[in-house]
Amino acid sequence: MSDDRAVIRTDQIRKTYDSGEVQVEALKGIDLRIDPGELVAIMGASGSGKSTLLNILGCLDYPSGGEYFLDGIHVNGLDRDQLADIRNRKIGFVFQGFNLLARTTAFENVELPLLYSRLQDSSNVEQLTRQALERVGLADRTHHFPNQLSGGQQQRVAIARALVNQPAIILADEPTGNLDTRTSIEIMATLQELNRQGITVILVTHEHDIADYCKRIIEFRDGRIIRDEVVARPRDAAQDLVSGRWQASGLGERQ
Amino acid sequence: MKWKNLIKVAFKSIIKNKMRTLLTMLGIIIGVAAVIVMVAIGKGAEKRIQDQIASMGTNLITIFPGSMQSRGVRMGPDSGVRLTLDDVERLKKNATLIQAVSPMVRSGAQLIGGSGNWNSSVWGVSEQYLEIRDWPLSSGEFFSAADIRAQNKVCIIGQTIVKNLFAGEDPVGQQLRVGKIPFRIIGVLEEKGQGAFGQDQDDLLIAPYTTVLYRMSGRVHVNQILVRVVSLEQMSQAQAEITSIMRDAHKIAEGADDDFTVRNQTDIAATAQENIMLVSVTERTHEIGIRMAIGARSRDILVQFLIEAIVLSLSGGLIGVLLGFLATWVVNMATDWNTVIVPANVLLSFGFAGAVGVFFGYYPARKAAALNPIEALRYE
Repeated sequence: MSDDRAVIRTDQIRKTYDSGEVQVEALKGIDLRIDPGELVAIMGASGSGKSTLLNILGCLDYPSGGEYFLDGIHVNGLDRDQLADIRNRKIGFVFQGFNLLARTTAFENVELPLLYSRLQDSSNVEQLTRQALERVGLADRTHHFPNQLSGGQQQRVAIARALVNQPAIILADEPTGNLDTRTSIEIMATLQELNRQGITVILVTHEHDIADYCKRIIEFRDGRIIRDEVVARPRDAAQDLVSGRWQASGLGERQ
Repeated sequence: MKWKNLIKVAFKSIIKNKMRTLLTMLGIIIGVAAVIVMVAIGKGAEKRIQDQIASMGTNLITIFPGSMQSRGVRMGPDSGVRLTLDDVERLKKNATLIQAVSPMVRSGAQLIGGSGNWNSSVWGVSEQYLEIRDWPLSSGEFFSAADIRAQNKVCIIGQTIVKNLFAGEDPVGQQLRVGKIPFRIIGVLEEKGQGAFGQDQDDLLIAPYTTVLYRMSGRVHVNQILVRVVSLEQMSQAQAEITSIMRDAHKIAEGADDDFTVRNQTDIAATAQENIMLVSVTERTHEIGIRMAIGARSRDILVQFLIEAIVLSLSGGLIGVLLGFLATWVVNMATDWNTVIVPANVLLSFGFAGAVGVFFGYYPARKAAALNPIEALRYE
């Protein structure tokens, strides 16, 4: 343990893919520090290493070198079971493709991390699950199956699942990539609201429109950070939805 | 996870996935019942059934990767050597009995366009695919060899996608985003209806394989190679020719086993079963990835799958024994054949089917649970 308050601290994180003769360096030494309460967008073209980094931060993949501290825990030395516990308690991961269990209700999807948790006293599983669904505005959809929900609703179920265990951080890999513009802004409004309540959020996106809602933008190119700046006044997604300004300003246009 | 919860999760999974449960059990039920009946009435009927199946053949041949033998144990889809575009080129150049060839690259994506979004299968194939499958278009046109060379972002869609995204309008000429990439719809497939196992055959998008490989998936291998043979009479020569070209391409030494499987469609039932198995393994690998991503330990996954496999195998085996008894009794009543049920055989078939069921339920889970979560999640 260290007394460092950073939620995430990495020191020269590297990732090399070995595909036969060719070695591809996806990450070439990433130093990163993220503090509690941040809302960070990681940007970059596809292949720039942004998703690779997010997967490593989420303990879904392992770095080839470098040090990683998550909430004061030195992640490198952990075994598979300890990593599973970290994913369970410290990290909430949101995917581009939602990754909900099919034929399983919203409630049961959200409840799952609690069931896998070894700490959880099973008496309040139901209450925590309900609270998580309420926080993403889906209290009335608890017994719907994923295929009965819209893309935006499915993504909010996934967000509820990510936050049900009160993680130190939510990591979202292109959370709006499969959604139309309006729904994307709704998802950003949800993430901004959660961030206002104190949850640290990192999201990967390749769209500037989405990154504009974040407080800090980190840009990747060829496995390196080329830009890291604080956004003075991030856009407010909830306000944009009310004003409908996203339509007028051309934000809604995509190829 | 606690035992109580694991058992709960396992039973939920069995109950929720009725189709998969049924199919898994069906294999065991039929297996057990068949062994009992066959042993009881002898081998006389077997030959006649095989002849009948053979007569239903078409001149379609499919090449699969990996070392799956017809009765052998099938590992995960990624366990063996892969098929490549080089294999396709060699077949085109060297085979004499082939009318058409197409690689098949399977993927899936969120489709965005028309009236909303929809998740569907994406198949990358060659311009000869429709000819191979004998599948006409209802409107528009298919892509050409030039589209394939240029990796053009054009696609043909099935009726299910039309219904869900373009109800009441003509999709041909419209834009459709496949994942992040905008495609132009140039044709619509005729409705094909449900497949043998209830799957929706019209829920798919077809695009040039080059586009799917290089613009979407970033892979270099193909899932299958489809071949249409010139005539039905030449199936076995064609099969031999393809095998020898493929062995050459993969530099397999004399006497060594093939690292691919050439299969004609006469063995329809077996192929369908294999495909179900494959789909179920892939789907479950993805599911295991999800479970690991939210904090399941390997042990949690293994215990859940073991419980599922045992429950399915036991109940399937029991039903099979009952069916076997019933069928034997019917045969006994209806014919003058002499039937004898040997208790040892009943036990043996029950035990064997049970072991196979548990193995197929548990082994893929063990393999998947040993992956990185991110690798397991990539199975789609």
